[in-house]
Amino acid sequence: MTLSAEQQIEAFRRMWLIRYFEEAAIRLYGEGRYRGSTHPYIAQEATALGVCAALQSTDVVLATYRGHGAAIAKGADPKAMMAELLGKATGMCKGKGGSMHMSQTEVGFLGCNAIVAGHIAIAGGVALAQQLDGTGAVTACFFGDGASCEGVFYETLNMATLWKLPLLLVVENNEYAISTHVSDAISVPDISMRAQGFGLPGVTVDGRDFDAVYAAATQAVARARRGDGPTLLEAKTVRWSRHSAVAAGGAGGEKADRWKLTDPIPRFRQELIQRGILAEARAAEIERDARQVIDDAAAYAIDSPYPALEELHTDIFA
Amino acid sequence: MRELTYAQAINEGIREEMRHNGKIVVLGEDVGKYGGVFGVTRGLYDEFGAARVRDCPLNEAAIVGCAIGLAIAGRPAIAELEFMDFTTFAMDPITNQAPKLRFFWGGQVSVPLVVRTPIAAGLGFGTQHSQSLEAWLVHVPGLKVVMPSTAYDAKGLIKTAIRDPNPVVFAESISLYSARGEIPDEEYVIPFGKADIKRKGDDVTLVALGPIMPKALQAAEELAQQGVDVEVIDPRTVAPLDIDTIVNSVKKTGRLVVAHVAHKTGGVGAEIAQQVVERAFDSLDGPPVRVAAADVPIAASQRLEQATLPDVAGMMKACLSFRQ
Repeated sequence: MTLSAEQQIEAFRRMWLIRYFEEAAIRLYGEGRYRGSTHPYIAQEATALGVCAALQSTDVVLATYRGHGAAIAKGADPKAMMAELLGKATGMCKGKGGSMHMSQTEVGFLGCNAIVAGHIAIAGGVALAQQLDGTGAVTACFFGDGASCEGVFYETLNMATLWKLPLLLVVENNEYAISTHVSDAISVPDISMRAQGFGLPGVTVDGRDFDAVYAAATQAVARARRGDGPTLLEAKTVRWSRHSAVAAGGAGGEKADRWKLTDPIPRFRQELIQRGILAEARAAEIERDARQVIDDAAAYAIDSPYPALEELHTDIFA
Repeated sequence: MRELTYAQAINEGIREEMRHNGKIVVLGEDVGKYGGVFGVTRGLYDEFGAARVRDCPLNEAAIVGCAIGLAIAGRPAIAELEFMDFTTFAMDPITNQAPKLRFFWGGQVSVPLVVRTPIAAGLGFGTQHSQSLEAWLVHVPGLKVVMPSTAYDAKGLIKTAIRDPNPVVFAESISLYSARGEIPDEEYVIPFGKADIKRKGDDVTLVALGPIMPKALQAAEELAQQGVDVEVIDPRTVAPLDIDTIVNSVKKTGRLVVAHVAHKTGGVGAEIAQQVVERAFDSLDGPPVRVAAADVPIAASQRLEQATLPDVAGMMKACLSFRQ
């Protein structure tokens, strides 16, 4: 399966939406417009887009607290996301979720989850429902190298393989769990090797290479739809300069700008230009438009009202 | 009317609901072909098949997590954890996920989940198989917690739990599994948040939770012979809690005893007592009394376990402690 020119350009546009969304999130945090923290997806954009480009609108995505990228890649509305970030009533979760709990179920984004690895078994359950319902839909679950050390990840690997669930387990290895480098936490050079012990395919790709991610995801999706079960897809990348707005973590100091050397967006842009899909001028226009969308989203979020206090007591029970 | 055991009554409730709703899935360890380690799911595998009655590996966190995934994807799920102590491995899905997803996603999902798990207190299973952990759970907004004490209640409440679009922890009692009770031929449900007065009385209000109920009723009968008329109340659900029924009883009796097999400190008994103090302080003849497990780990030795857990004599003594 190959993507049309239009689909590739849309992926490129969404990469810029993610990049500008995250830059705005960092700026707004600095301005004191929201509290807590935010975990930017900067430098990992090609992974979310590569995987989501291989999915249909009826497929489902679950992600972590570093999940703004997956949300935008699956088609979530940046305005509703920005308002959510600022805790506003117009947010996609009415301001109750914030940065780490975004979701937009109508586009198949079954949300961010802030307990590391807590959503992996839930993704297995969503995939089991898809299998039982026989719709042919699949679930993609994003998580980090840190989450791959949690027990529930292994529990889910075993059960999903045993039951041949239509599931993509996408581990985004950005080298750091806050300050702990993978070499101090993980006993194998590639996290995809974990798959060998569970009897499912494990694949490692360069997570900054859209085409490589898309190709691997396409194979994994096809396998899942055929009923052959899950795939563990490791996307290697380099983390942005900090863990979050609050915690610098590792990759600081002179390593802080290392991600820029392999920035996935200029790389994809160059690819599209070389393929004759995109002209320089059009590329610049897409970038400008994406920036405008995010600037508008930020203004919308800032102007939106906070939730009414009555909202405290809604959405607890159905 | 026919009689069923408490275990059979739960089984029948699940079976009826699974017949009504083809989406419902049961999952847990040994729940399928074997019919459950205590036989509660017996026959469901044969009737509904391996797809809907799923034997799972030993992975409690993934069982409940997976059940949540089914639930938010539109398939009500019933997860069994073999002992309530094993909920500890599933505390993230039970406390951080199931009761919170709807809230922090602004109402975009509902979580029709039942986690069935039994309390084994008093049966010699030892420290890690004998705990009654409902107090941990009622502390979590968004969770409902059910503790049936009779076969009749168990059937009506499991059906309500399965129909509820919200997460429910259904705390069964192993010591009651073989207890028999009359079950109507026709279907029925029992609403949550509605206490049942198991014995009417005017002198003392004795609130008893789940597995301790038979002993509470025995204490009340023995006290009746001494001329003390005890009203025994079964909240049936501790979240939501029908505090009105308890308060109304205390306004009549002036005396409150709360009994449970869970440890005393931080137990649900303390919460019930405090709510009564806030609502009916002027009606009380004296401070509410808690009869609960001592604050020590539960030993396997029968002699030590019996000394740890509340008993009939302890409840009688508590009920008599108000007399001048």
